[in-house]
Amino acid sequence: MKTFILSALCLITISYNATAQKIYTKNGNISFFSKTNMEDIKADNNQVMSVLNTQTGELQFSVLIKSFHFQKALMEEHFNENYLESGKYPKATFKGTIADISKVNLTADGTYPVSVSGDLTMHGVTNKVTTKGKIVVTGGKITGNTIFSVALADYKIEVPKLVENNIAKNIEITVNCLYDQKM
Amino acid sequence: MRYNKIILLLCIFFTGRLFAQEPAADTTDLMAQLENEASDKDATNYTSATFKTTRLVNGHTVENAAKGVLDVKISHRFGTVNKGAYELFGLDNATMRMGLDYGVSKRMMVGFGRSTFQKTYDAFVKYKLLRQSSGKRKMPVTVSYVGTIALMGMRWADTSRKNYFSSRLSYTHQLIIGSKLSEGISLQLMPTFIHRNLATLADEPNDLYAVGAGGRFKLTKRLSFNAEYYYQIPGYKVEGTTNPLSLGFDIETGGHVFQLHFTNSTGMTERNFISGTTGKWEKGDVLFGFNISRVFTIGKNR
Repeated sequence: MKTFILSALCLITISYNATAQKIYTKNGNISFFSKTNMEDIKADNNQVMSVLNTQTGELQFSVLIKSFHFQKALMEEHFNENYLESGKYPKATFKGTIADISKVNLTADGTYPVSVSGDLTMHGVTNKVTTKGKIVVTGGKITGNTIFSVALADYKIEVPKLVENNIAKNIEITVNCLYDQKM
Repeated sequence: MRYNKIILLLCIFFTGRLFAQEPAADTTDLMAQLENEASDKDATNYTSATFKTTRLVNGHTVENAAKGVLDVKISHRFGTVNKGAYELFGLDNATMRMGLDYGVSKRMMVGFGRSTFQKTYDAFVKYKLLRQSSGKRKMPVTVSYVGTIALMGMRWADTSRKNYFSSRLSYTHQLIIGSKLSEGISLQLMPTFIHRNLATLADEPNDLYAVGAGGRFKLTKRLSFNAEYYYQIPGYKVEGTTNPLSLGFDIETGGHVFQLHFTNSTGMTERNFISGTTGKWEKGDVLFGFNISRVFTIGKNR
């Protein structure tokens, strides 16, 4: 009997430990896309760090600006030097929550639409951001996706008159993170 | 009994682990831990954009064209401003150089050009020996080597003597030691060796030595002030030449860099501007000039 109680207690603590976990990734993907009549600009970052608390819905991102890579080297240089000023503001962060995390069943495969809101900080400016996203569970693998748009003006990113037709005022941001690690 | 004890120990171990991490392990702390792991210790962070382009004014900077990038350079030097209004302060005369530079790899760039000054053809190779970096690998400076060969294309003035093809050639070897001290200030030193196969006069040296110094000071994100000076070592210089001093601005707009400057040298290849400048700033032998750089991405960046 004693053994049984102890074993049960043990199982409970272990399973509680397992569900109260945070899942995270160090190589999530964020890409952005600027579309104008003059040119399309695209950049990819595959070293995105993100942490999700699957119980509380707390969600965080940390993105090194220098890790965005462009097709054209000069664009990458200008992005870092002139627009995002990565020397001064090396990273962008997001701190927020998934409001409806309770609807997501991480043990059953499926696509769960969720709503995310929080503070997005980049180029030294913080703004509230709310967006719809998806949590996809396939065979125990948890992926978070969203596409949202940010206005350059909201983050004090100035585009000189001469190239204002080449860079979109609103940039489409695609987030795709496979939370491959847990704690 | 023994079995129970083991289970109990296991329980304590797991609950202990749980309680130990629970208060501290909200997402912020975990993120801080991840950021710490990914920080400088493990990654080398190479300095970029020490200068806006591969030339300071006349001479090279430590910068290369990126891999797969073709940089088309058109440079003009007008006449000296002290010629006055009749020559529109020198604008009636122009010397030009057309050149193509290409980034072969992350470290190597090659280029060639043709100047109207003494109908000079030049070709160079530039290689980054060291790259300024922070983080895992720390390096305070970028060091580049530039080797240039120049061919003087003018017809020989004296056709009565035997003129060799090799007499048209001169070679320049330069080390460029540069450092981006801050976002706004980059400085470089350029020890230079020039060999001319043919000296104009018998008692002139064929081997010339000079040390250059230069820098850029960013005024705004897209505008910088540049200065470039070469000191010719006495005894290893051509008599009657002056040390070249150039002051100018880099203006960057998208894929172009416009460099506008005042300089006392007309030539735009190392042999011509380092060892062949005759203008004197104090006499107003200063000329206006500009370089236009336009880059085209033709190869794969990485």
